[in-house]
Amino acid sequence: MSAMVELRGVHKSFGPLHVLRGVDLDVPKGQVLVVLGPSGSGKSTLLRTINHLEKVDRGSVRVDGRLLGYRQAGDRLHELPEREVLRQRTQIGFVFQSFNLFPHLTVLQNVTEAPLSAQRRPRAEVEPLAERLLARVGLADKAHAYPRTLSGGQQQRVAIARALALEPKLLLFDEPTSALDPELVGEVLDVIKDLARGGTTMIVVTHEVGFAREAADAVAFMDAGRVVELGPPAQVIDAPAHERTRAFLAKVL
Amino acid sequence: MTLPEVQAPARQEALRPPEVVTARRPLRWLAGAGVLVVLAMAASALITNPAWEWDVVGQYLFAPSVVRSVLLTLELTALGIGLGFALGTVLALMRLSPNRLLSSAALGYVWLFRSVPLILQLLFWYNLALLYPRLSVGVPFGPEFFTFGTMDLIGPLTAAALGLALHQAAYAAEIVRSGLLSVDHGQREAAAALGLPPGRRLFRIVLPQAMRTIVPNAGNEIIGLVKGTSVVYIMALPELFYQVQVIYNRNGRVMALLLVAALWYLVLTTVLSVVQHYVERHYGKGRA
Repeated sequence: MSAMVELRGVHKSFGPLHVLRGVDLDVPKGQVLVVLGPSGSGKSTLLRTINHLEKVDRGSVRVDGRLLGYRQAGDRLHELPEREVLRQRTQIGFVFQSFNLFPHLTVLQNVTEAPLSAQRRPRAEVEPLAERLLARVGLADKAHAYPRTLSGGQQQRVAIARALALEPKLLLFDEPTSALDPELVGEVLDVIKDLARGGTTMIVVTHEVGFAREAADAVAFMDAGRVVELGPPAQVIDAPAHERTRAFLAKVL
Repeated sequence: MTLPEVQAPARQEALRPPEVVTARRPLRWLAGAGVLVVLAMAASALITNPAWEWDVVGQYLFAPSVVRSVLLTLELTALGIGLGFALGTVLALMRLSPNRLLSSAALGYVWLFRSVPLILQLLFWYNLALLYPRLSVGVPFGPEFFTFGTMDLIGPLTAAALGLALHQAAYAAEIVRSGLLSVDHGQREAAAALGLPPGRRLFRIVLPQAMRTIVPNAGNEIIGLVKGTSVVYIMALPELFYQVQVIYNRNGRVMALLLVAALWYLVLTTVLSVVQHYVERHYGKGRA
């Protein structure tokens, strides 16, 4: 199976802080990869390089075979013009830890904004799509509500519908349940599990080990800016080979 | 598990929850009465003193020359605020640009136009022809296509509008910048992650949210400018303040005509305050 995401030797520093120290990672099409790891291990940064929210210092990121954010000429990578980067991003859905819904727009407007203005699709096509997606995340009746009036779990489900509205090839989730009250985590994870069964390629950064065991095809464990261990959940979670993976799981399980 | 049974109260009255009696505040009443007396004294002083000449006030309040001057005041305010905020928004965006030249240029502009008193700036624009008698359009440092006499191009009205707008832009730049900075970084990030084009990100996502911070400050500026336009009287433009001076220099009814001007400024700022309230409510959409 060909890879949807291909990372080769990715390095990223914030000033003196070397956050990603040479990450290699392949995510085959249709796979659900869960990334686990302690805080500060570079999980979120890694995810953000995959849609060019963070530019890499060295190495390459390919999505569906195409280099992201750059054009290769010889052994040099030239940054693409912003318009190109934006076009590439419309093929990648991103769900944030803090939802980042647009508070001054209704739920429906949040979902239709990108297909209308980034993909320039007609409203007559986008609005029914948005309504279907809201129904899919169980919020058909909230289309005309403002985000502030929804619970955290509902807001995150709107954010998922907003990401899906671009009909992306790849979905990235950055700790989608970390900002939620414990009793609201389940409803969001259920939506993500439902998507996982639907065959979309997804990378989910999370602390929910139970979710990883249940929904992931593969689990990557990150520590200190590297992928330390990668394999099926039964292997990485239940029989970790690496000492640091064992130490981390002993703390969270 | 069984709960212990709730005991029925022995007497019927105990069922009714006790009423709350608010404490008396005699000092507050006394202070209120004091304020009423002062207000009554002020009203009486305004009404009974014939020196205010209320009949003259009534006679000039809607005089055509006064109404025309009110319209000019409004026109100058609109030009000053409209152009000022348009330029101010550009300056704010320059100021936030990663390009050092753009941001320092904006900083320099704000520094210069906030530092020199408005009245001096107005006099500079009014007397621009003394410095540059001719203005032309052409290639910078190269050939000129059109040439104008400065006097023909920049009359008193243009000079006043230009002076007010350029001065206002320096303040507007800071107001717009604070508004842009008040928008959560996650909003820009979400808009970028969705692939929204830059203009759309600014006008659809960031600016409407920034308006919540911008509008109250801009309201202050607009109301300030309605009254601030009175400084253009030095350019002999017949706005409200200049016009009442012209009239009282002719008829000597100084206090009555100053009162006419004060009443008009009061009306204008009241209307603007009401408009501001509705504009704020519009941009408060989605926020409880």
